[in-house]
Amino acid sequence: MRLLKIIATLFVAASLSLGASAVSASEGGELKASHFSFEGLFGTYDKAAAQRGFQVYQEACSSCHAMSLVAIRNLGDPGAPFYDEEHPNASESPVIKAIAAMFTVTDGPDNEGDMFERPAKPSDYFPAPFANDQAARASNGGALPPDFSMLVRARAHGPQYIYSLLTSYEDEAPEGVEIRPGMNYNPAFNGGLIGMPPPLFEELVEYSDGTHASVEQMAHDVVTFMAWASDPKMEVRKRMGWMVMIYLFIFALLMYGSYKAVWRDVKH
Amino acid sequence: MSGYPGYDPKSGFEKWLDARLPIVRLGYDTFIFPTPRNLNYWWTFGAILAVLLMSQIITGIILAMHYVPHVSMAYDSVQHINRDVNFGWLLQPLHANGASMMFLAVYIHMFRGIYYGSYKSPREVLWIVGVMIYLLMMATGFMGYVLPWGQMSFWGATVITNLFSAIPLVGDAVTGWLWGGFSVDNPTLNRFFSLHFVLPFAILGLVILHVWALHVPGNNNPTGVSVKNVDKDTLPFHPYYTVKDGFAIVVFLMVLSAFVFFAPDALNHPDNYIRANPVVTPAHIVPEWYYLPFYAMLRAVPDKLGGVIVMFGAIALLFVLPWLDTSKVRSMRYRPLAKLFFLIFILACIGLGWAGAKSPSDLVFITGANVDGAQTGFTFLWMARILTLYYYAFFMVILPVLGLVEKPKTRPDSIEKSVLKSNAGEA
Repeated sequence: MRLLKIIATLFVAASLSLGASAVSASEGGELKASHFSFEGLFGTYDKAAAQRGFQVYQEACSSCHAMSLVAIRNLGDPGAPFYDEEHPNASESPVIKAIAAMFTVTDGPDNEGDMFERPAKPSDYFPAPFANDQAARASNGGALPPDFSMLVRARAHGPQYIYSLLTSYEDEAPEGVEIRPGMNYNPAFNGGLIGMPPPLFEELVEYSDGTHASVEQMAHDVVTFMAWASDPKMEVRKRMGWMVMIYLFIFALLMYGSYKAVWRDVKH
Repeated sequence: MSGYPGYDPKSGFEKWLDARLPIVRLGYDTFIFPTPRNLNYWWTFGAILAVLLMSQIITGIILAMHYVPHVSMAYDSVQHINRDVNFGWLLQPLHANGASMMFLAVYIHMFRGIYYGSYKSPREVLWIVGVMIYLLMMATGFMGYVLPWGQMSFWGATVITNLFSAIPLVGDAVTGWLWGGFSVDNPTLNRFFSLHFVLPFAILGLVILHVWALHVPGNNNPTGVSVKNVDKDTLPFHPYYTVKDGFAIVVFLMVLSAFVFFAPDALNHPDNYIRANPVVTPAHIVPEWYYLPFYAMLRAVPDKLGGVIVMFGAIALLFVLPWLDTSKVRSMRYRPLAKLFFLIFILACIGLGWAGAKSPSDLVFITGANVDGAQTGFTFLWMARILTLYYYAFFMVILPVLGLVEKPKTRPDSIEKSVLKSNAGEA
């Protein structure tokens, strides 16, 4: 029996770690160590960081990167950067309405058959900077800026990877690496050459809460925001997860007690 | 059968119904079934799998209400489920991780069957039906992974469907028929959705046959010794095993929940959150973890058709396993040599999975460098080849030969005596 237990433990551990190693095998760049509020079993999104990250997204990223799966109203959902307990329906939150008013969206066709522009509503999705992928490539030297909606979860070690990417730009490439025109050297990127020019520099944005806008700070904030965008239900999920685990643990104790009681007089 | 008097309808209605449709009797006979008293926790995975299958079917039916099987909408509809549908964020990871946990449980269930010789006479058909269930699970899981229409969905479907083109003469026709066109495209997604919806019900039908085939000879047990005296050797399944299985099910649900709530992406590939793009091939195309051993076998053979034959042959072998193993002793508890080779077999399967996750040219360990300064060493390709050889040898050489040459240890006379003996040993 002991042998079998060892085998089983090996098997379970190996099959689970295999799943994980299959996942981590893809990216090639160098990652910097970085830590975020949303990591771990109890982690939640640092709301202040996520709000600052939204500002960075708006002012530094959104001119090239779309976020097509996120609606403006989502910013006010439970677990989201602008959640307000007094306005559980995000569409009625004044903060969300104010954010929506910053955008103009194309609607239509109207009764004349024409498309028209109107101020955005909370129910609208974030407008994309380009009409299509071809237009995005044409404006970016052939490179396609990826959509932000799922980017953190679509990369191995997503938060560390994007943080590293944003903070690892170097003016000089090491010997032997030729920086082609229109490319930039970034050792965090697989292959080291990336089309995106350095998007962040000191004091690029002015934070209203007085936080110093260093490149590292902005990278950290925008990663927090992007992590929320790619996993908006994380806080709700973890909260329910703890209730489910506690429930199942008590249930397991009761089942074990019943098992012992039922088998009490039986030799086995 | 004095301890098992059978169903005795008490009320007038029960007697009336029993004479017309003995469905209560069926349930009674199923649950008040003589079960060996010495089953250990390895026997709880059957019940765990039954619960997981029901969970997959229920979550799957609800997900199908919100999913759109169209190349331009499939990815967005899965996102819609996770972002907008009430509790969709729970259902979708529960379904995806539930599939992984089902394979974990089925592998433990199968290894248990091999270790304790549960496929041997008179349980050959029970085992074969089980292998059919496993085969259908593989097909269903593969097609389910295609539905979110991410990069791994698309390219996994391309790689696997292309395997069929290796079949001589009809290969290209079969592949085109699977695709419904000239490449993996909308018709492929549509038929995969349709089949992914219906196959679980075929699995359910086979599970009923599996339980039926179990209830003819009854359970095997850790000693492999057949039941000799029903009163002394067995206990009624209910309440003894409903409560034991129930405990194991709850513990297993905690494992599933840990993934669903705290690590929903741990068993998923990040590339599958990128929309399917037929013109961009991912750097490494890897299947879900539960196919990795077979993926390693496929790539271990330099010839395409040969690789396909070796991969499917590995499963085909399982069908004839009852006749490959020549030993009359069921349980490896009393087969010291078989036990050793079985341990190596499990390590080989894990090693094959590891090789399947790596690029074949990656090095397991480094032995030196060649003249250009590049590292040389033992590659995963060769590891996969050696382990594939062992996988085949285990079934085709070791089990047939061991049965003839191995001297088994003394087995207990009966289940009851083995129980009394081990209790005395503990005291």
